[in-house]
Amino acid sequence: MGIDIKLPIGLMFTIFGLILSIFGLFTNSDAALYHRSLGININLWSGTGMLIFGLVMLGLAIRSRKTKSK
Amino acid sequence: MGTNFSLSWIDYLVMVIYFLFVLGIGWALKRYMKDARAFLEAGRSMPAWVAGLAFISTNLGALEVMGMTGSGAKYGMLTTHFYWVGAIPAMIFLALFMMPFYYGSKARSVPEYLKLRYDEKTRGLNAILFAVMTILASGISMYALAILMERVLGWNFHISLILSAAIVLAYTYLGGLSSAIYNEVLQFFIIVIGLLPLVILSMKDLGGWQGLQHQLAPIVTAKGYAPDTWTTTWKYTGTAKANPLGVAWYGIFAGLGFVLSFGYWCTNFLIVQRAMSAKSPTAARNTPLIGAIPKMFIPFLIIVPGIAALVLLNKPGSGFSLPEISPGHYNYDYTIIALLKQYLPAGVLGLGITALLASFMSGMAGNVSAFNTVWTYDIYQSYIRPVTGNKEEDEKHYLKVGRLATIFGVVVSIAAAYLASLFGNIMDFLQTIFSMINAPLFAVIFLGMFWKRTTGHAAFTGLLGGFFIALMHHGMTFPEGANTLVKGGWIYHLHAYPVEMAQNFWTAIFAFSTSALLTVVLSLITKRKKSDDDLRGLVYSLTPKMMKKEAAWYQRSSTLAILVLLIGVILTILFW
Repeated sequence: MGIDIKLPIGLMFTIFGLILSIFGLFTNSDAALYHRSLGININLWSGTGMLIFGLVMLGLAIRSRKTKSK
Repeated sequence: MGTNFSLSWIDYLVMVIYFLFVLGIGWALKRYMKDARAFLEAGRSMPAWVAGLAFISTNLGALEVMGMTGSGAKYGMLTTHFYWVGAIPAMIFLALFMMPFYYGSKARSVPEYLKLRYDEKTRGLNAILFAVMTILASGISMYALAILMERVLGWNFHISLILSAAIVLAYTYLGGLSSAIYNEVLQFFIIVIGLLPLVILSMKDLGGWQGLQHQLAPIVTAKGYAPDTWTTTWKYTGTAKANPLGVAWYGIFAGLGFVLSFGYWCTNFLIVQRAMSAKSPTAARNTPLIGAIPKMFIPFLIIVPGIAALVLLNKPGSGFSLPEISPGHYNYDYTIIALLKQYLPAGVLGLGITALLASFMSGMAGNVSAFNTVWTYDIYQSYIRPVTGNKEEDEKHYLKVGRLATIFGVVVSIAAAYLASLFGNIMDFLQTIFSMINAPLFAVIFLGMFWKRTTGHAAFTGLLGGFFIALMHHGMTFPEGANTLVKGGWIYHLHAYPVEMAQNFWTAIFAFSTSALLTVVLSLITKRKKSDDDLRGLVYSLTPKMMKKEAAWYQRSSTLAILVLLIGVILTILFW
């Protein structure tokens, strides 16, 4: 029906990925913040993961739009 | 856990962005909602993977996430029985043997299938029960959300209730079933991605699976079980006393693996509706199978952290705690939120909380979108305003009714949420009633699909009879230590089960057997009213095979089913 859900999924996770990884970069030296996550900068890791996932989804959405218009 | 923990700006930012997307999807779908079919049936246009993820996501509501993490702490890996034996076989059965009839019959709902297969009264009974129960379930899930947000984040109970209801109303009103389904897919990904850090961090903290096993041993031994009870699935099911579920292997197999799970997955319209929205008969068949693949791995996401929580709870200096109901008895419903607090810093924490909120809302949206379909087609169209014959006008009219039903459903859900806040036991009560209704329903639909002799009178009596026996069984048995009549034993104390779970299983087994027996016997002595022609497309033996045999082997649903089964078997062996 109408929309391709891959597009909003891709967009949303790309945005989440960017926000969290940038936040992770800025807070990298904040030991108190990452005390909970056993000293791991989980924002940077999970942000990067989401960014990749988001971009892959966006890529798939664009590809299926192209094949449809052909 | 007493004190609240606060979120920072970045957590709120993540939450707000998520809600914008949720509402945006509803908004984008608005212009496609031109008739009742688009609004209530998603125009039967969903690709199999979308319907499949929505299928699994509807079931992955917050009560499930909270409950299963809690069960991970309470029962360990035995909780996976709710997945590997308690869902996968039923999902495969639904896909291969039942979807062709649900989808092919052109019925728009499970009650409508009952009307086509049997008669009006069987449909009416099922439709009304379903409508009432669905709305109550939706309200209870909202109540659970609001209470959680109040206790953990310090949000105002009324505001979180009304606000979440308003968001759900907005996107289901705008985009109907499609909106609910698309948002369920979004929710699926946010739950997986939002909870994944929890699994990784808790495993790392406790030294991986081996470290977990090692640290569990003394805790579990102190409870009086063998040291590896919490990390195995079937090993200690030889007797009911040897495992914390309190059920032996045959009880698990018959109660959970057959009656409860087939009753839930194969007859619950909330679930089946997702597969009915698929774009083709093949997509409809593949929907439950595609859903089954992530379903098998969900235990690692929500049960394993629950097991880790049990270790943390007993580890001095871990800083992990759960609220106590009474000294030494923890409220395991808070396990997931306590874990989020334990491991996640600002940022991913917002994502984790958003995942929980998302699962609450999509649970509610799912209920509301199933309710408005049953209300519009099975109650309003059948008893209040039948079709006039002017198709265009009818479609418009029922679209309007569907939309009004959405508003009505949300408003009544809010009322039900307040009802739940007055009666603490209502959730237990509802779950009990649900299992009493579903088991007989499965017997009746199953017999209807595979035995053409089954008659309407027999089905109707079977439904009522099964429910009655379930009620009687519940009234005469009780779980040991039960102190309220909601748990059973309100007629007579005939038998005590070691735990509540065992009682539930056996209630369902009795209900199913009685219903099946009654339906078979009465079918043999009552007259068949539907001819073979009437039943074409509704009964197995009277329906020409709809799957083309020419499809290449790797494109067949049965190949996918075998793959699913194989993964299930491998997981079971690995965690035997």
